[in-house]
Amino acid sequence: MEPAGSKPRDGLMTTTPVTPELEQAAIRAESRRGFLIGLPAAFYLVLFFAIPLVLVFVYSFATRSSTGQTVLAEWNLESYQRLFTPGVLVIFLRSLVRASVTTAICLLFSYPFAYYIATRTPRVRNLMLIFVMIPFWSNFLVRTYAWRVLLGSDGPLSQLSQNLGGEPIRLLFTNSAVLIGLVYGFMPFMVLPLYAALERMDWRLVEAARDLYADGWTAFRKVTLPLSMPGVVAGSILVFIPSLGAYVTPALLGGAKTVGIGDYIVSQFLAARNWPFGSALSFGVMFVMLLATVYYFRAGAKTL
Amino acid sequence: MNEGTAPRGMVDRVLALNAWVLYIFFYAPILVLIFFSFNDNNNVAIWTQASFRWYGEMFQNDNVTSALRNSLIVAFFSTIVSTVIGTLLAIALERYRFRGRGALDGLAYLPIIIPDVTMAVMLLIFFFQAFGILDDLFGVRLSTGLLTITLAHIAFSISFVAVVVRARLAQLDESLEEAAADLYAGRWQAFRRVTLPLIAPGVAGGALLALTLSLDDVVVTSFVSGSGSTTLPVYVFGLVRRGVTPLINAVSTVMLVASMVLVGISLGFQRGAEARGQRVADPQALDLEMVVTD
Amino acid sequence: MEKTARFVVTFVVLALMVTACGGDGAEDGPDSSSVDGGETDGGAAACALDQVDGDLNFYNWSDYMDPELITAFEEEYAVDIVEDFYESNEAMLSQLQAGASYDVIVPSDYMVGIMIQENLLTSINTDAVPNMANLGERFTTLPYDPGNVYSAPYQYGTTGLGVNKAIVGEDFPRSWALIFNPELTATYPSGVSVLNDSRETMGAALKYLGYSLNDTDLAHLQEAADTISAALGGIATFDSDQYEESLANGEVPVAHGYSGNMITAIGATANPDEFEYILPEEGATLWIDNMVVPVNAENPCTAFTFINYLLDAENGATLTNFNFYGSPNAAALALVESEVVEFYAATEEAENLEVIQDTGDYEIHFTDYLAIAKG
Repeated sequence: MEPAGSKPRDGLMTTTPVTPELEQAAIRAESRRGFLIGLPAAFYLVLFFAIPLVLVFVYSFATRSSTGQTVLAEWNLESYQRLFTPGVLVIFLRSLVRASVTTAICLLFSYPFAYYIATRTPRVRNLMLIFVMIPFWSNFLVRTYAWRVLLGSDGPLSQLSQNLGGEPIRLLFTNSAVLIGLVYGFMPFMVLPLYAALERMDWRLVEAARDLYADGWTAFRKVTLPLSMPGVVAGSILVFIPSLGAYVTPALLGGAKTVGIGDYIVSQFLAARNWPFGSALSFGVMFVMLLATVYYFRAGAKTL
Repeated sequence: MNEGTAPRGMVDRVLALNAWVLYIFFYAPILVLIFFSFNDNNNVAIWTQASFRWYGEMFQNDNVTSALRNSLIVAFFSTIVSTVIGTLLAIALERYRFRGRGALDGLAYLPIIIPDVTMAVMLLIFFFQAFGILDDLFGVRLSTGLLTITLAHIAFSISFVAVVVRARLAQLDESLEEAAADLYAGRWQAFRRVTLPLIAPGVAGGALLALTLSLDDVVVTSFVSGSGSTTLPVYVFGLVRRGVTPLINAVSTVMLVASMVLVGISLGFQRGAEARGQRVADPQALDLEMVVTD
Repeated sequence: MEKTARFVVTFVVLALMVTACGGDGAEDGPDSSSVDGGETDGGAAACALDQVDGDLNFYNWSDYMDPELITAFEEEYAVDIVEDFYESNEAMLSQLQAGASYDVIVPSDYMVGIMIQENLLTSINTDAVPNMANLGERFTTLPYDPGNVYSAPYQYGTTGLGVNKAIVGEDFPRSWALIFNPELTATYPSGVSVLNDSRETMGAALKYLGYSLNDTDLAHLQEAADTISAALGGIATFDSDQYEESLANGEVPVAHGYSGNMITAIGATANPDEFEYILPEEGATLWIDNMVVPVNAENPCTAFTFINYLLDAENGATLTNFNFYGSPNAAALALVESEVVEFYAATEEAENLEVIQDTGDYEIHFTDYLAIAKG
């Protein structure tokens, strides 16, 4: 899964004519170098991610004992069969919709924001970016509690509306409150990659486009947007995935009136202590997410 | 340079307005959070009167100060390590073709899509299995603690760093690096003087993400923690059973102020460096022309 | 196409690794710790009264222990106490099963039952803990550990309803109908708050219907789920975290929650008289947090000495005056602040309180039926 439009380098491109042997050697050297650069990450991810992942994959075929222990025997596919019951599918679809809406809202606001930051002078740019991140170095729970105050029926929004002669607004414990909380929580995940993509755009291309199309909007649509696509794709994935699994925000701001896939998985691992089913659910979710991201990448690549 | 194509007139004003609205959105809960840190009441959401009570209690409460210290230690090391490894990963995947690249590519994305509680459970199983094996083989007795928390945080941060850096790399004109490689004899030099400054904003963004992820993680940490390693988010989530006091608001406020001071200092340093005429690690200061004439 | 293929390959590789490592996992999964535990047979360590054998690793809920009691213990016995905090019984259990070592832990009732079954606990050496005799009678016959063989109650509380009388009025039914009767909740200006906890919430509905909290008949559980389903319109939130604040600031008229949080929140409001915490007449949950010593504790003697220290009359009162939960320590009650004693007086009298117990294989249904109830 690579950001759209990237082309791994196949070898040295030199102006001097090269013999096939030299080229082969160059490619081999290049391959070795790439391998060495990727080695620390490969080592780390295999040791601290792939191997543990295999362990829970094994668990997903095991059985829950009556005390909630995972018995590593009597291997079966029961947990996977349960994934296809209507109850689980409804929970999953509901979460998919919520995550898609969150991602769309984040993109809608973050893109112009990142564009604005990217077109400032370097110092202003850094400052603006830092000020995006600072709120997120406070504590997550405390931030969410603050939102409860803001969205409550006694909160500032509601009071403002009442002072203007309107009805009290109560957003707390509604779906809108969940969306506000999710967008708030994951916005930086969208802003950072978008900014990173827009900041180093070749603006001469935009200028050329303006000369050609004369229309700023067309220039944006035909040049800026496609060029910033890697940022859009990376940002969307970084927002979509955590909002799909989010469970604290929906509980605190939305009142947990519906079950999402995130809280369902957590309740399997904790309250029900049903690790086999929890593991199977996790793999089901990961599989769908992989499909979704692959599809998204391909769709993203087509717009180029 | 960008300024030439900066949006003008109406568009610029709309963009500026959007930016202001977003900053208000980002900081509204932060103001509420700070406001309630001065609440004298035991209960965070019921305002009685203003006081510095919780700031006093914060420095006397050993549990909070040690949890804060643990959080900062973990965040510091996990951010540095995951930024380095994640950046290398991004470069390898984006710029090179080698055997196993496809597998590494897939593996690099899995930590992002895995539900956090699953990651928590699997790391818990893994660490204790690994400790058992180490004990059997070498007689070394290890237990969970700050080290395992840091290792776990690095494991999920690497991928986030790599995604952000790759988005940046994907866009860079490779001819710049090639030109630099031709000009400088060493690849390391080309990397250090051209590629690194060019991807610096992506690396910084990735590091910021890693820091944020580490400072907020509850689920994975609460599974892989051990004796003496309670972090601040775990402590705060545990408070829920007793009702959350403004103490945590006070801690958050102090962290916010401290991070703003740090940002201020580093900006001051940058300005000082510029004043002394040195080149700063700012991508804008490096243009191809400068590289060529260097 | 190439990219899709890459993912398939990744998964196949992972799947192959499974087959390679599967055997290992089966042999020494963390479950084997229960086998290790079995060897020690949960026998009490031989410790004398006031004996210490090293520093104490204490694993507790956040802000549940008076720091002054910790300091005083450290000075008296010249040992250090390393305090750590957990935020869920289940996460703590997983750590312990995987092999983590602590000297004293404070799990809730049903969890003590699970830990005993899993052979994770050592029995309490009564020679080293003579203050066990201070426990009130009710706390020596607990269903999950009759006779307190493995556990010593730490603090207790109930799960009931907090009522805002300024909204609901003085004359309200003292019943779970306050949250489960849709006709009644429809008369409130806003919905009520119900715990987001499968055992507590399904349990409350079971009680409302006249069944036991620990009922294991699926038909009854379905009835309970239907009750919750029918009441959804009157429920503003399923909340286990902030219900007391929602109640105190008027966001919800009635809140389902734990006694200690309620007493603190009600006491912090401007008009505490406007609020009341009730135990519904159909019966409610009694919950008890307990001090236990795991079999793999490194310093069991310090652990027993610490438990004995906390069960002392004076120290027990200090603890309750710090965290406002009920004290199981009968000898301490005379020294406890009168408002806390009054608050728990109703609990002392209530006959129909029940302790949540682990239901084994049936346990998974509570989570599922709550999910079904929510729709």
